[in-house]
Amino acid sequence: MSATRKSKGSIPKEQLMAEGELRRIADTVLRLAKSIGVAETEVHVDETISALTRFANNGIHQNVAEHTLNVSVRTQAEQRTARAITNRTDEDSLRAAIEASLSLAHSQPKNLNSLPMPGKQRYRGVSRFIKGTAALTPEDRAHAVKRACDLAVKKGQTAAGIFSSAQTQTAMGNSRGLFAAYRDTHAVFSITMQQGKAASWAKENAANVAAIDAQRLAERASDKAHRATDAQELAPGRYTVILEPAAVLDLVGFLFYDFAGTAVRDKRSCFNERIGKQVFGKNISIVDDVYHPLQLGAPFDGEGMPRERVLLVDRGVPRNLVYSRASAKAAKKKPTGHGFMLPNEYGEAPMNLVFSGGKSSLEEMIGSTERGLLVTRLWYIREVDPYEKIMTGMTRDGLFLVEKGRVGAAVRNFRFNQSILEMLRNVEMMGPAVRATGEEAFEMVVPAMKVRDFHFSEVTKF
Amino acid sequence: MWDLCTNSLETSKIRGASYADVRVMHLRQRDLTTKNGEVGTLAQSESIGLGIRVLANGSWGFASTDRLTRDGVAACAAQAVSIAKASALAKREDVVMAPEDAYVDSWQSPFRKDPFEIPLETQLALLLAADAEMRRVKGVTLTETDMQFRKIDSWFASSIGSRIHQSKVITGCGIVATSFKGDEIQKRSYPNSFGGQHALQGYELVESLDLLKHAPVVGEEAVALHAAAQCPQKTGTLILGGSQLGLQIHESIGHPIELDRVLGQEANFAGTSFLTLDQLNKLRYASDIVNVVADARLEHGSGLGTFAYDDEGVPAQCTDIIKTGQFRGYLSNRETAHLVGLKRSSGTMRTESWNRLPIIRMTNVSLLPGTSSFDDLLADTDDGILMETNRSWSIDDRRYQFQFSTEIGWEIKGGKRGRMLKNPSYSGITTEFWNSCDAICNREHWTLWGTPNCGKGQPMQTMGTGHGASPSRFRNVRIGAAFSKQ
Repeated sequence: MSATRKSKGSIPKEQLMAEGELRRIADTVLRLAKSIGVAETEVHVDETISALTRFANNGIHQNVAEHTLNVSVRTQAEQRTARAITNRTDEDSLRAAIEASLSLAHSQPKNLNSLPMPGKQRYRGVSRFIKGTAALTPEDRAHAVKRACDLAVKKGQTAAGIFSSAQTQTAMGNSRGLFAAYRDTHAVFSITMQQGKAASWAKENAANVAAIDAQRLAERASDKAHRATDAQELAPGRYTVILEPAAVLDLVGFLFYDFAGTAVRDKRSCFNERIGKQVFGKNISIVDDVYHPLQLGAPFDGEGMPRERVLLVDRGVPRNLVYSRASAKAAKKKPTGHGFMLPNEYGEAPMNLVFSGGKSSLEEMIGSTERGLLVTRLWYIREVDPYEKIMTGMTRDGLFLVEKGRVGAAVRNFRFNQSILEMLRNVEMMGPAVRATGEEAFEMVVPAMKVRDFHFSEVTKF
Repeated sequence: MWDLCTNSLETSKIRGASYADVRVMHLRQRDLTTKNGEVGTLAQSESIGLGIRVLANGSWGFASTDRLTRDGVAACAAQAVSIAKASALAKREDVVMAPEDAYVDSWQSPFRKDPFEIPLETQLALLLAADAEMRRVKGVTLTETDMQFRKIDSWFASSIGSRIHQSKVITGCGIVATSFKGDEIQKRSYPNSFGGQHALQGYELVESLDLLKHAPVVGEEAVALHAAAQCPQKTGTLILGGSQLGLQIHESIGHPIELDRVLGQEANFAGTSFLTLDQLNKLRYASDIVNVVADARLEHGSGLGTFAYDDEGVPAQCTDIIKTGQFRGYLSNRETAHLVGLKRSSGTMRTESWNRLPIIRMTNVSLLPGTSSFDDLLADTDDGILMETNRSWSIDDRRYQFQFSTEIGWEIKGGKRGRMLKNPSYSGITTEFWNSCDAICNREHWTLWGTPNCGKGQPMQTMGTGHGASPSRFRNVRIGAAFSKQ
């Protein structure tokens, strides 16, 4: 199914298919659907080649690779639509997927709000496929992991983490002549260093693996793990916190669906009856921008509509939402190119949030703090109250007391119960927005933040 | 399928593997949802492929492919061996596995009605009718329903001679009503939140739920919550409904007993565990009346953690986890069993799909029934709060400190259920909480709840787990901290 080329060894190195091959599969689906009289057909072809090396206890313990290809077919007739997905590309399997989609579609009542499929669109070009990332080998990953583990051994610490690389591509077309295609690469290095009961963590991701300095991340985690030993217990309460970008990301990432036009129409967004009001501080501005140089992602949505840059929050005031074609029609707005693949009940969401950020360095935030806490990352974040957007979760892998402008002793981890709306009214300083990566939200471009009166409700045992 | 398995095993051996196991899996899924009286998701998916795990040079490698040809699976096996040899460049020590016999067997999970044979019109009509019943309640602003059906066929073969075919049917179903009013969003779900109840059953599960009877109640309670009193902040007596207790078991017992976490293999992502090896057979995990097992056998029930063999070819077992309050056992695989000196794996290696490496997962981790009837439990409670149906869940990365909130609460006064409470929550430290358990309801109130969305591993895998529980009482629990301001 895929083209291959020989590497130095005897194992062929896998490559994504040529875009023309994806287009051939899509055209086959459209031709087969037309031949059996389907009124409208949409097809997505998605291919992924990925590999992930996992290490713990200073050695590799899991090491995996996969190559997947899925063909997803949506048919629509008489205001009824449904989807069927297969990972086989022979004509019999594609025909079976079309027929499964038709059978599902015919089983339901008409949806009077359904729209005909869109016609041909124009897209802005984005270039995010880096050959060096696609060419990364298991040996490359193993050597980088070994260097990090050697550092841990030298420091009397224990390393755990991942080094992964992936190349993905998607192509979509429909029976009205729309065609869109996109490919990118993605690499991640994440490391936890443990020293006794203490631990710290560092992680980066990028389209270009060369932008990730694995050893520098290992050194940063190692240094912080060393400083995280002998954590002292502080009383819960409200503290000034300096949130590193990963901590900011994993909290504000929970806002993304609230910006959906469908979520507001369904009255499950925290922005219900708050659009146009001063919800956040005046230093908070947020856009959704897939074209931002630090972002990844296709320049089209699940229906093939071009993604637009949308100003979501302007100086603390929610101004705009994102819309699929259906939610735009219901709200008498224009589609913004953020729709999910149909049919679905969630509509759309901005997947490329970019915060405006500020100019303060982390050191300046620390230097200006009389008493507060430096937070490396947050963990197991869940929504407690959907309208006030109260989130709960834990600090993890490095919580430090800041006193009189200096980072001091490590502190036992806290549980927080904090409204994101309140938090974004209490931001005193921000760093430049960076491409952040955590474990709770997908990657976004956010700054480090100094926030007053952050609410910690309980403390744990370490 | 067996030819593909044999071919890949042979290739791995030729390439230098000292051990290999291979899974061909065929997965079929159907998802149906409605929202506000209209069909939402209506989709079906099918995926088939092969994944092979090998030991070479003392290290693991895994590769997967959807190219189910002789050449395709041979290339995949060769890639797995190549990856294993790369792993050995940064290995700590050679992998050794606890011994296990070879098995040749075939197993089909029991079900009465194949959900894929029930007309879609029938399924959608039921969901739309339940949706309409909820929308009939004034004040309900959003209604949602869902059904999910899965069929999983797997062919497992290993280089020690096992050949195991297993076929499973899984069903899930639930309904939700949401009400937005003033400055709050309230929600009620049936029979559980986050997709309802899920089990290793056929369409008979859906029919047993009686959605149309419960839909109006769900709508009425969602609206009534706006006028209910706020759950107080205090330390007091807590009674948990069965589904919430199921999630409490999942988070504060099921995850910390995973040996891969205990041994640091999940330190970077899922976290570690407070249940260090020195705690086994010594820690008083819970009060005397608490007995917890990890049981994958069919006689425990048709749960999401029920199977005949795990994805490492080890037969389903029942393992004591907590016996009369004492910590007695871990979830293990063949590798970790050897590392800690166990004679045999407890049979908990599970994989989401053909393209994922099997990892240690919960099976059915269940609290065994106690002796109380629910009415007697309430009558015996002078002052407490009953909490039902999970709304949020969170626990630290070593599984000490947790906080849960539920959709609804009820005041218990003088042995009777009193007024409704909104925004209930409770929190605590795992062992303190389980040691405060002083009453567990009997088998009549015991349900094997399904948690369909347990995330673990990198790349992330989602797995279904089972948790049997009946309503239980806990003393001196911190209540209401989620909404505290200070």
